[in-house]
Amino acid sequence: MTFDYAPAPESRAVVDIAPHYGLFIDGEFVEPIDGASFKTVNPATEEVLADISEGGAADVDRAVRAARAAYKATWSRMPGAERAKYLYRIARIIQERSRELAVLETLDNGKPIRESRDVDVPLTAAHFFYHAGWADKLEHAGLGPDPRPYGVAGQIIPWNFPLLMLAWKVAPALATGNTVVLKPAETTPLTALAFADICQQAELPPGVVNIVTGAGQTGRLLVEHPDVDKIAFTGSTEVGKAIQRAIAGTRKGLTLELGGKAANIVFDDAPIDEAVEGIVNGIFFNQGHVCCAGSRLLLQESVRDEVLDRLKQRLSTLRLGDPLDKNTDIGAINSAEQFARIDELVRSGDAEGAERWSAPCALPERGWWYPPTIFTGVTQAHRVAREEIFGPVLSVLTFRTPDEAIEKANNTPYGLSAGVWTEKGSRILWMASRLRAGTVWANTFNKFDPASPFGGYKESGFGREGGRQGLAAYLKSEVV
Amino acid sequence: MMEGRIDVRKTYKLYINGAFPRSESGRTYAVADAKGRFLANASLASRKDARDAVIAARAGQAAWWKATAYNRGQVLYRIAEMLEGRRAQFEDEVGKAEGVSTRKAAAIVDASVDRWVWYAGWSDKIAQVLGSSNPVAGPYFNFSIPEPTGVVGAIAPQRSSLLGLVSVVAPIIVSGNACVVVASQERPLPSITLAEVLATSDLPGGVVNILTGRPAEIGPWLASHLDVQALDLTGVEDDALATEMQVSAAVNVKRVLAPPRREPDWSADPGLGRIRQFVETTTVWHPIGA
Repeated sequence: MTFDYAPAPESRAVVDIAPHYGLFIDGEFVEPIDGASFKTVNPATEEVLADISEGGAADVDRAVRAARAAYKATWSRMPGAERAKYLYRIARIIQERSRELAVLETLDNGKPIRESRDVDVPLTAAHFFYHAGWADKLEHAGLGPDPRPYGVAGQIIPWNFPLLMLAWKVAPALATGNTVVLKPAETTPLTALAFADICQQAELPPGVVNIVTGAGQTGRLLVEHPDVDKIAFTGSTEVGKAIQRAIAGTRKGLTLELGGKAANIVFDDAPIDEAVEGIVNGIFFNQGHVCCAGSRLLLQESVRDEVLDRLKQRLSTLRLGDPLDKNTDIGAINSAEQFARIDELVRSGDAEGAERWSAPCALPERGWWYPPTIFTGVTQAHRVAREEIFGPVLSVLTFRTPDEAIEKANNTPYGLSAGVWTEKGSRILWMASRLRAGTVWANTFNKFDPASPFGGYKESGFGREGGRQGLAAYLKSEVV
Repeated sequence: MMEGRIDVRKTYKLYINGAFPRSESGRTYAVADAKGRFLANASLASRKDARDAVIAARAGQAAWWKATAYNRGQVLYRIAEMLEGRRAQFEDEVGKAEGVSTRKAAAIVDASVDRWVWYAGWSDKIAQVLGSSNPVAGPYFNFSIPEPTGVVGAIAPQRSSLLGLVSVVAPIIVSGNACVVVASQERPLPSITLAEVLATSDLPGGVVNILTGRPAEIGPWLASHLDVQALDLTGVEDDALATEMQVSAAVNVKRVLAPPRREPDWSADPGLGRIRQFVETTTVWHPIGA
């Protein structure tokens, strides 16, 4: 006998999506100068949600000029205590409109409402609240007595946590006295456009935040604009390298938050039930569309079979489907393009001889979906162990000793995060000191907090977001 | 000098992995003093020398990183002691290389010794000043610690042959990095004498590797090397070379300290900027529970 969950959909009535959106420049929505546009769709249904403007060269230039003017005329002259109050206002409005933002995020991105409601939106508000408090305390941040902002920051964010990544970029930039031109991802622009409305409600001075929607070309125009002082990018390592090359020889500041291939390491003394939950959260949270996802599971040999058995049992109970349903665990893959990327890498796993297991679950007929999938028999040379899949696909490897675990965990060009599961506190700290990763989660995974710096080693990028360390990304440091 | 006695000159070689090899290319170049008089033939380092130096730096970094901060501080202080003990030799070489008076040269050596002492004291304070414990909203002890970036490729200042070199190398290694540094092209001799100081200061071999030669020849190999994690371009005076190296650096997302608009005044208070440039931050979420 089986028990079925009754549908428990969150209501769409709280959102009001316009048929068309302009660009948000100098405090108001304007039509793009060249008039181009594209559609954003709900990846769970393939329904077109809205027509979105595509920023061209003239639009990017207009936005940068607005940001420069706002920097000169108001934002750089305003006392930090006053900047802080705008950020507090924004944080409060995000809290007030949290349900609307969560539904909008889930519609545009495909992530489960449980995650957008409980993770993305609360963390977004927290990020503004945290950074608001820094705005008038920057001389205490350890960057010298009078740290100076760059000026105009160009910011490019990905589609996996659209609103949260906006907060990670915009909150510290504004707190430190920069003005911004932000380009959201082309498949998930709606919450950024809602944020523009929030800026208006907060009466943020025009030009302090400008939002120019578009795809890669719009981002390129922003990176190459000569009057941008600082570039902050979150996205793929490939694009991050292209940006680093593009700004070589300029005086632009740069921080990059790029890809990852994190090891999630389970020792034989770990609490296995907790570890299984952590493994699931590590790779299947947000459909695995997480740069710091625990996509390489390293199991100590003595517990391999036990962990795998329990993991498969647990995955068989995950609910995949309507992202707006409050009981949904696994939502939609964000786009056809991302689905193709996942599919291609999974096929490479098959071809290279790894053994594939997917959770038995029915996939909806419309939209893009991928069942939770595990590869066993994976070697370190397999593509599924080396390349970022950015989907709900876990590669399982084994180890015998802590030294071997470290060696395998660090055997990657990436270095964004890692997980360690063990009851031994001394082993946690020993591992943390040897893992070349920006975040090490012990007996947990995928936890975020505005006070906790986040960012990569090696090809996962440089610079930190969050915490006192994150402020350095938006303040010029004097090097003598 | 006693009349009739021929003095014994020094052969200036490279400093790689704690040893003093000649360039594997067999090449040398003539080095002159500030007035153009011949001083010595320095080794003209090649691509192969740079690659050997990176291999040495990688191994040296592993050992150096594992040393305690207290130990690293003592080694840096030991470097200051050794430099102090050979100050006459450095005053002579700096004077010739930079064409400054004996008094000025003595002041430069003083400042160089003092810079090692200053950075020695930082080794066990970096984590306290750049690290933090972070009050996250949950049952975790969350802390951030600075860790060394790895192997740093550096182009030393072209004018300040000793103080500038020390001011670039010391902040790289104090946190546990290793470096391959290309000395001033026209004023390389004090760098190799400094290598003799490093070699007698308990600094593990490979932590500092010093190449003499042309930044334009060696720099691009360091910039594109996959086992180099960061670049310090302080001594790159050619904008085109700096840009080329920054473009190459993207191959593995190197951290790059761009060249200054002009060579800094090395007598100024260094601050923490250079140390900060070559550390990463690891943040640990450690559970709290009874």
